[in-house]
Amino acid sequence: MLEQLLYFVQQLLNGLTIGSTYALIAIGYTMVYGIIGMINFAHGEIYMIGTYVTFIVIAGLAYMGLESLPLVFTAALLVSMAVAASYGFAIERVAYRPLRGQTRLLALISAIGMSIFLQNFVRLSQGSRDIAMPSLITGGWTFGDPSSFEASLSYMQVIIWVVTLVTMAALTLFITRSKWGRACRACSQDLGMTNLLGINANNVIALTFVVGAALAAVAGLLLGLYYGVVNPYVGFIAGLKAFTAAVLGGIGSIPGAMLGGLLLGVTEAMTSAYFSSEYKDVVAFSLLVLVLLFRPWGLLGKPEVEKI
Amino acid sequence: MKSTFYSALFAAVVTLILTCLMLGVNLKTEGIALTVSMASEGTWSMIIGAVLAVFLFQLFREKLADMINLPSLPSADHFIPEGKKGEKLKQLAISFVIAGMIIWPFFASRGAVDLATLTLIYIMLGLGLNIVVGLAGLLDLGYVAFYAVGAYTYALLSLYYDVSFWVALPICGALAALFGFLLGFPVLRLRGDYLAIVTLGFGEIIRILLNNWTEVTGGPNGISRIPKPDLFGLEFSRRASEGATTFHDFMGISYNSSHKVIFLYLLAVLLVIVTIYVINRLTRMPIGRAWEALREDDIACRSLGLNPTVIKLTAFTMGASFAGFAGCFFASRQGFISPESFVFIESAIILAIVVLGGMGSQLGVILAAIVLTVLPELAREFQEYRMLMFGLLMVFMMAWRPQGLVPMKRPHLELKTNE
Repeated sequence: MLEQLLYFVQQLLNGLTIGSTYALIAIGYTMVYGIIGMINFAHGEIYMIGTYVTFIVIAGLAYMGLESLPLVFTAALLVSMAVAASYGFAIERVAYRPLRGQTRLLALISAIGMSIFLQNFVRLSQGSRDIAMPSLITGGWTFGDPSSFEASLSYMQVIIWVVTLVTMAALTLFITRSKWGRACRACSQDLGMTNLLGINANNVIALTFVVGAALAAVAGLLLGLYYGVVNPYVGFIAGLKAFTAAVLGGIGSIPGAMLGGLLLGVTEAMTSAYFSSEYKDVVAFSLLVLVLLFRPWGLLGKPEVEKI
Repeated sequence: MKSTFYSALFAAVVTLILTCLMLGVNLKTEGIALTVSMASEGTWSMIIGAVLAVFLFQLFREKLADMINLPSLPSADHFIPEGKKGEKLKQLAISFVIAGMIIWPFFASRGAVDLATLTLIYIMLGLGLNIVVGLAGLLDLGYVAFYAVGAYTYALLSLYYDVSFWVALPICGALAALFGFLLGFPVLRLRGDYLAIVTLGFGEIIRILLNNWTEVTGGPNGISRIPKPDLFGLEFSRRASEGATTFHDFMGISYNSSHKVIFLYLLAVLLVIVTIYVINRLTRMPIGRAWEALREDDIACRSLGLNPTVIKLTAFTMGASFAGFAGCFFASRQGFISPESFVFIESAIILAIVVLGGMGSQLGVILAAIVLTVLPELAREFQEYRMLMFGLLMVFMMAWRPQGLVPMKRPHLELKTNE
C-alpha cells in the first residue's frame, strides 16, 4: 500500500516538475494571444534556442575555467533570456508586424514559416544530432524503504520549482504593478483605444513577445538541465504541449496558463506511469481536442462574446 | 537623423545577439563532456557582414525607399473575358498540354518519368490543400496525416485482405475524408488558429500511432511489397501471379520494366486531371462559392443564412479525401511505406507549394509544385538548405505578395471608363 502511494507521489512530483516548465512556455502563448489574438507559432523554437544558448554558455564558461555553480547558473539564465528575448523581438518585427491588419491566415502562415526557418537555422548551425550535457546539479532526497520502492526528489526538481515560482511572481508583479504591465492589460482589452490614449501599441506588442520569449528561455534552461539533452526538433513538441496547456487553462489568462501547465504535466506523468509512455503525447493531444469540444474557453478563461 | 541612427544601431545590435552565439559558436559532445569551439573565420565574417548590412540598411532605408520604389511585382491585372474565341483557344491549349503529357514519357528517360510521377503526386496534394487553405481559408498544418491515412489504408488492405488498388482507391479517399470529418467537427466551430494547431498535433499523433502500433502497421519498419496497380487485371511484372496475365504477354511484346514506370506516370496524370476537373466544378458550385465567401467575410455569410461550420467542414473533408487518393497512389507506386514518409516537413512542403503558387489558384499551385519538386532534384547540394528556404519563402511571400506568384483569377465584367 505504502509502495503504491510512494509511486503515486513520485509521479506527481515528476509531473509537477515538467508541468511548471510547460506553464512557463504557455505564458508566452497566452500573453501574445491576449493582446493580438494570434498564436505565436515560433514560440516552441524560442524555447529550443534557449536550451542551446544555455548549453553554449555553460560549456563556454567551463572552457574558461569557471566552475562555480551559482555563477554559471546565473550567467546561463541571463544570457539565454537576453538572446531569446532578441529572437522574440525579431520574430514580431519580421513575421507579425508587416502583416498587422491583414487577414489572420497570412500571419499564421508567416509565423509557421518563421518556425520552420528557425528550426532549420539551428539544425544547420549546430547540427541535427542530439547534444548531451553531463548534469550540473546532482543528488536529492529519497523517501521510503530502499528494499522496495523509493520515491526521490532531486535537487534539480526543487530548483525548477523555485525558479518557476520566482519567475511567475515577478511576472505577476510586472503585469499588475508596473506602468508597462498596465499598458499590456489595457492593450488586451482594447488595442485601438489604448493607441488613442497615447500608448504606443507597437511597443507593447513587441514587449509581450520579448517577455514571453524570455520566459520560454527560462523553461529552456530548466528543462535543458533536467533532461541534459537537446536537438533542433524539441521545440516543436514542446510548443504543442505548451499551447495545449494554454488552451486548457483558458487562452489569454495568465493564471490559466499556470494551472493548465501543471495539469498537463501531471496528466502526462500519470499516463506514462500507469499506461504507456509512448502514448503520452497522444493523451495530451486528445485532452486538447476534448477541451476544445466541451469548454473551448478553458478552465479559467471567459467565453468569447462576439460583437458585430 | 539622430533617431534613425539609434534605431539602426539597435537593429544592428539585435542582429549581432541573434547570430553571434547560435552561428558563431559550435557545440560538440566529446565523450561525455560538452565542448564549444569557435566557428570558422568565414562564418564570423559573414556575421559581421550581416550586422553591417542591417545597420546600413536601417540607416538609409528612407532614402533608399525614395530613390527606388521597390518592391512591387506587376500588379495582378484584372481578367476580362475575351469572349468565345479566347475560350476556344484555351481549350485547344489545354488539350495540347494533355496530349503532350501523354506522349512525353515514351521519349523521356526513366528517371525523368519517375520524377514527373512524384511531381504529379505533389500537384495532387497541393490542389487538395488548396481547397482547404486557398479557397476556404483554413490553415491545415497536418495535411500529411490524411496522406498517411490513405497510404496506410491501401497498404493494410492489400496486406491483410488482398484488396486490389482500384477497389482500395475509393476506400482510401473515404477513410481520409472520415478522419477529416472527425477531426474537423470539434475544431471548426472555433476560430481558425485552433484548427492550425490541432491539425499540427494530429499530424504528429498519426505518425506516433503508426510508429508504435507495431503489430498492425509494422512500426518504424513500415510495410513493404505493396502491390502495384494493374490495368484491367493485367499486371506489370515479369511473371504473373497465380491466375493473372501480365501486360507484356497480353500485348505480345517482350518485358520491359519501363512499361511499369510509364503506366504509373499515366495513372498519375489521369488522377491529376480528374482532381483538377472535380475541383474546377466544385468552385463553380454553390458550395465552392460559399467556401470563398466564408473566407472573405464570416459574418456576412452567416447573415445570409449559410452555416459556417458545415461549409468549413465540407472543405476540410474534401481536401482530406484528395490527400487520401494521393496517399493510396503513393503507397502503390513506392511499394514500401513507413512513418518516415509522413513527417511534418512534408506538410510544410505542400503548404509552401500552395503559398508560392497563389492561394486558390490552380495553375499557380501546379507550377509551384513543379518548381518546388524539380528544383531540389536538379540542385542536390541545395538539398541541405531546402527547408530553410521554404520557411523564408513563406514569411516573405506573406509580406510581399500574399496572393502568390500566379494569383487566382475569376471571370468578371468590368466597366471601361476611359473610352
